[in-house]
Amino acid sequence: MKLDTVANATANPDTPQPWVELGLKEDEYARIKSILGRRPTASELAMYSVMWSEHCSYKSSKVHLKQFGEKAPKSDALLVGIGENAGVVDIGQNYAVTFKVESHNHPSFVEPYQGAATGVGGIVRDILTMGARPIAVMDPLRFGLADAPDTRRVLPGIVAGVGGYGNCLGLPNIGGEIVFDETYAGNPLVNALCVGVMKHEDIKLAKAHGAGNLVVLFGAKTGGDGIGGVSVLASETFNEAKPTKRPSVQVGDPFAEKVLIECCLEIFKADLVVGIQDLGGAGLSCATSELASAGSGGMEIQLDKVPLRDPSLSPEEILMSESQERMCAIVEPSKVKQFLAICKKWDVTATVIGEVTSGERLHISFNGELIVDVPPRTVAHDGPVYNRPIEKPAYIAERQAVTINIPMPTSSTEVKAAILKLIAAPNIADKSWVTSQYDKYVQGNSVLAQPEDSGMIRIDAETNLGVAVSTDANARWSYLDPYEGVKLALAESMRNIATTGAKPLAVTNCLNFGSPEDPGVMWQFAETVRGLADACLELGLPVTGGNVSFYNQTGSVAILPTPVIGVLGVIQDVRKRTKMGFEKAGQDIYLIGAVDSNMSGSEWAYLHGEIGNHAPKSDLAMEARLVELLLEGQPIFESAHDVSNGGLAATLAESALKNNIGAKVELENVAVALFSETPGRVVVSINESSTNSIIALAGKYQIPVTKIGMTGGSELIINETHISLTELSKAHTETFPKLSG
Amino acid sequence: MATIVVEVMLKPEILDPQGQAVASALPRLGFNFAKAVRQGKRFEIEIDGEPTPAQIAQVEDAAHKLLSNPVIETYVIKVEK
Repeated sequence: MKLDTVANATANPDTPQPWVELGLKEDEYARIKSILGRRPTASELAMYSVMWSEHCSYKSSKVHLKQFGEKAPKSDALLVGIGENAGVVDIGQNYAVTFKVESHNHPSFVEPYQGAATGVGGIVRDILTMGARPIAVMDPLRFGLADAPDTRRVLPGIVAGVGGYGNCLGLPNIGGEIVFDETYAGNPLVNALCVGVMKHEDIKLAKAHGAGNLVVLFGAKTGGDGIGGVSVLASETFNEAKPTKRPSVQVGDPFAEKVLIECCLEIFKADLVVGIQDLGGAGLSCATSELASAGSGGMEIQLDKVPLRDPSLSPEEILMSESQERMCAIVEPSKVKQFLAICKKWDVTATVIGEVTSGERLHISFNGELIVDVPPRTVAHDGPVYNRPIEKPAYIAERQAVTINIPMPTSSTEVKAAILKLIAAPNIADKSWVTSQYDKYVQGNSVLAQPEDSGMIRIDAETNLGVAVSTDANARWSYLDPYEGVKLALAESMRNIATTGAKPLAVTNCLNFGSPEDPGVMWQFAETVRGLADACLELGLPVTGGNVSFYNQTGSVAILPTPVIGVLGVIQDVRKRTKMGFEKAGQDIYLIGAVDSNMSGSEWAYLHGEIGNHAPKSDLAMEARLVELLLEGQPIFESAHDVSNGGLAATLAESALKNNIGAKVELENVAVALFSETPGRVVVSINESSTNSIIALAGKYQIPVTKIGMTGGSELIINETHISLTELSKAHTETFPKLSG
Repeated sequence: MATIVVEVMLKPEILDPQGQAVASALPRLGFNFAKAVRQGKRFEIEIDGEPTPAQIAQVEDAAHKLLSNPVIETYVIKVEK
């Protein structure tokens, strides 16, 4: 095949090009031609098409996401903000923590195991790129109905992929979510979060400056994996009518990544890099254009020097390949020898593939012939920006006119049956079948992991400084009211952090939505971003970064709007954290916060095929006071557990089952009290001697606290209803083994 | 009695970490003949009598649905006596 050089493109302006197949729109192709003043070469077309895809360019979301900058709260904790590979937060004692959550939804639908595994691998490299040692991962997952055939295909593969990759890396998996809803059938959501830690002075940025500095590609060799994966998979709706584009599956090698992590950390320690970038979606196209455009702009790359696993790859394929476990570093010439020596020690292939120049253009040659000559900014940052049409969907008004009519149990037999039904529902049931496939304790620093309210990791063995991370979303509330829904998700995530005794510091997000070409979906998205930016401003929590995943849609059915919100908090002494399970018999159980009768979006309503009408209204001022109350009251709490999905019934059952300590509880209006999911509530247990303290806290923070009962016994007793813990446990733990059987 | 053999290999464009590990271990042990190694798996399915076309078709179906992952693997079916 003849090489399509820049000279050839100039000489043959009318050669037909496959821009439609590469996912470009006509005006986008025209824009590339006008930027370059000629038609792009095949390699340039490949680069622009992947970098201008929805997944890489954020072309539909950009106009909304800028609110995170405009409404950013002042924060002393934020060391590196949005725009880098991941945000970095100061947690004190000269430690900095970086965390981020990303989606790998579409690849995980095509090939569940490898899709989920490479999702973990990708986010771990993002964290590593900041100069941090990855210390933990979390995985919020969403699937179609638990008993649907496609769920039975994707769930075991995705869970095994998350576990397989993370376990091989020796990273504890400390939490996440598993949620089922029919809208995720054919569109499972695999979001992966990673946390990393470093000292302040170790922060690295993705920047290529200093003419004469060398560009080094290191890690795995480049193969045909995932060619066009980004543009093809993440930016197109799965549509049965159209033939699907050829699946382009990346395959991960966690052992190669583990070696790459150690190799990078040694390189960082020796201070050998000027800038660094991992190769994820869009591969070398992304790494070279982003590094160059973040620096002075000039870069020369000799593409024929890239080590190949498959020698038949064409230059455009090399540029688009998404082979995993690769990194790209900018290194001063005097340090290259040492850099390569460290790579050799770790048996990591490393090759100088080019250098930073004083010019302003990215030049890529292949066997001495120029095949790419572009201003890198136009590839990496100046992609198209769409102000997509937005229209409030009709279902909102239709929903709001609906009267909820779900059976509420009254007699003690009915209450018992209802509780057993609820805690056995796939969304509430015990997830040990899944989480026991993940290593939660490797490295020996895991303080809390699933099913606790947050995952918690010790950072410093001497001082016991630690961080807590929680991820949350309530997609049904977001469906009813995306503006309130995301605020409630943020409030819940923050509350989960404070429930364990940590102070919330920063926010990350992964916004999973349907097609942006649907004005209704775009409205959900716009409202969500507005809600999250407003809430972060009000609560003083900075957004450190995030990810948008569109086109989670089969035919005309979009997934429920699913903004997954991650909050990171810091705890000065992890030994003082509060756990969810009742600790001892004879302690008083208090409910902090008040209940109302709105059942919309609740699991109890969902179990009766209802989604409801109005999402609850968030009260962030109250949520902030609740966080303060939880932090101040932490020394007197023997246990603390958030009330969220499944309401008080789920909270009480989980707290009792954790350490097999029963409880006797008295509730008014028992059905609403048990099954309503009114936000802003936490159940705590305390010693009787702390009664005055909790009442004082309630007064100080103006949040109602109610003594609802006492721990002890081998039953959960609610008014007249008795359920033995054995029966409760059986219902709670049977669901998953049955589903997988 | 016959044996229907299903051999499953990763597609050539798919990364094979196990094969790579074998390829890099060979020279360490003094075997210098290998340029590349790919590792696959082999199923031996015993049946009574000669396989009928219908049985082969069933094995084909099983190979597609269970024995291989058609997204990343290919298979060949052979009959051995």
